Amino acid sequence: MPDISNSELLARIDDLNRRYGHMIDDGDFENWPGLFVENGLYKITTRWNYQNNMPAGLMLCDSRAMMEDRISALRTANVYEPHSYRHLIDPPMLTEGTGYTIFVQTSFAVFRTMQSGASELFCSGKYLDKLIDLNDGLKFHERIVVCDSERIDTMIVIPL
Amino acid sequence: MKCFTARKPNPMVPLDWNPNDFSEIPYAVYSDEAVFAQEQKQIFQGATWSFLGLGCEIPKPGDFKTTMVGDIPIIVVRDETGALNAMVNRCAHRGNLVCIEESGTVERLTCVYHNWTYDLQGNLASIAFERGIQGKGGMADDFDHACHGLPRLRVETYCGLVFGTFSVTVEPLSDYLGPEMRANMDRILGRDMEIIGRFRHGLDGNWKLYMENVRDTYHATLLHSFFPTFGMNRLSMKGGIVLSEDGLHHMTYSMRATDQAESQYNAMDLRAVKDGYTLKAPELIEGWPEYDCGTTLAIQSIFPNFSVQQVSNVITVRLNVPKGPQKSELTWWILAPVDDTPEQRTMRLRQSNLIGPGGFIAMEDGAVVGWVKRGIAGAADRKSIIAMGGRDTEQSSNSRCNELSVRGFWKGWHGLMAD
Repeated sequence: MPDISNSELLARIDDLNRRYGHMIDDGDFENWPGLFVENGLYKITTRWNYQNNMPAGLMLCDSRAMMEDRISALRTANVYEPHSYRHLIDPPMLTEGTGYTIFVQTSFAVFRTMQSGASELFCSGKYLDKLIDLNDGLKFHERIVVCDSERIDTMIVIPL
Repeated sequence: MKCFTARKPNPMVPLDWNPNDFSEIPYAVYSDEAVFAQEQKQIFQGATWSFLGLGCEIPKPGDFKTTMVGDIPIIVVRDETGALNAMVNRCAHRGNLVCIEESGTVERLTCVYHNWTYDLQGNLASIAFERGIQGKGGMADDFDHACHGLPRLRVETYCGLVFGTFSVTVEPLSDYLGPEMRANMDRILGRDMEIIGRFRHGLDGNWKLYMENVRDTYHATLLHSFFPTFGMNRLSMKGGIVLSEDGLHHMTYSMRATDQAESQYNAMDLRAVKDGYTLKAPELIEGWPEYDCGTTLAIQSIFPNFSVQQVSNVITVRLNVPKGPQKSELTWWILAPVDDTPEQRTMRLRQSNLIGPGGFIAMEDGAVVGWVKRGIAGAADRKSIIAMGGRDTEQSSNSRCNELSVRGFWKGWHGLMAD
């Protein structure tokens, strides 16, 4: 473990998660890949796929560049009804920490607001994170988003 | 089958409909309750084969999964002999679901309500307290086990795909698919395959809106701008459309690196083509020529609601189950050959970003189903136009700027509905 108490570390991870959530909810997508290390992994999967070791994802980015492509496609290529998210993110639970690598898992819920005005639960699930604590602060080395439901309504274009 | 009673078809729901012209489709077919009910009898319980799942989902004796044929819940189970059986997931006693779980492994199928059990062929095996308790109660004397099994479907498989039908008259699966459709399945799926992902996708619209979209080659480069921007599919690439003889099934294909008319795209001010949009991680679409024929995109639909798709090296099958007249639910299975090299598997997984509910070239399809549903609200007496490439339903075309496959769908649909 890094030389700090768990509660301090958890508070820093909590802060990272909050920044992550607000960044996406405020539409500040371009800064989202910067929360990951360059060779970071971002994957959206579901409980069934995770439990059955299915490697494919609803989104699967194995580099920050690929995350940036997701955002540029969202801005310029893909066609969808404008909508926004609201993340509600639980405090993180430390599962393992060795040196500068930290494993946490965190429950979340995302509400989606469509053009009709309806704000509805879009997804609940948990983040399985591998974090790295380096000089420039905590960054995601891996964030695996495990959705509770196997079913996505209509489409998904904004990262969870 | 002995006790199975075939359902009597109802007369065709009256619609403003010219049975010789499938280029104009009344919007009522996407919302009408009577049309939906008619489809259950004439199409899903009629002379069609419905996709039930993949054999590799239930590899061992006793493995079962549940699915739907139209609005009817179905159990698919592998029995002691290794044979695949499918039956209605509805206890003969009170209609309770026999299998509540989505999948599992059992020795017998047991209804939890009153503990009636069925063997893996669907025969009624035992009834709790059938002879009563201490000589009192017990089942009526005239009750015949043999007439109260779970209603069975005919089951056949092709390339690991399991299909079932309620029809006793529809031709064998192989003939139903026909040689053109089988050839594409052989090419893509005719090897040992495994599932590498499975996702469900809720669609806010009638099941046919999505199945038309699967067959609609006209929209591909217009709605999905990811394709043309990276040269993955332009209508000017070499390719074509093939329909089965009756119009029921379709296959459209194209080959990359055969584009002779690129200037036609660049010259036109299409929204789909964006300047200066390049991938920072081009490995996303990195692939290898997997098929000798050079096909880089193939989309195939098997009537009524199943589809096989190859996008570069990503292989998927899809089933779109109706959930009432104005909702449907799609399942995507992402497949890969078991003997992939690690490098091939990595490329397939990266490319799988193209498909599914969040796919770069697929997410719009889920959305457009809902937009059309909202657009045609209150327009049950009006019609859509499907006249690109003319109004006829010839069997093939070497141009994909053509709505031939969609007209074929309606020809097949109408034939079954009016049967």
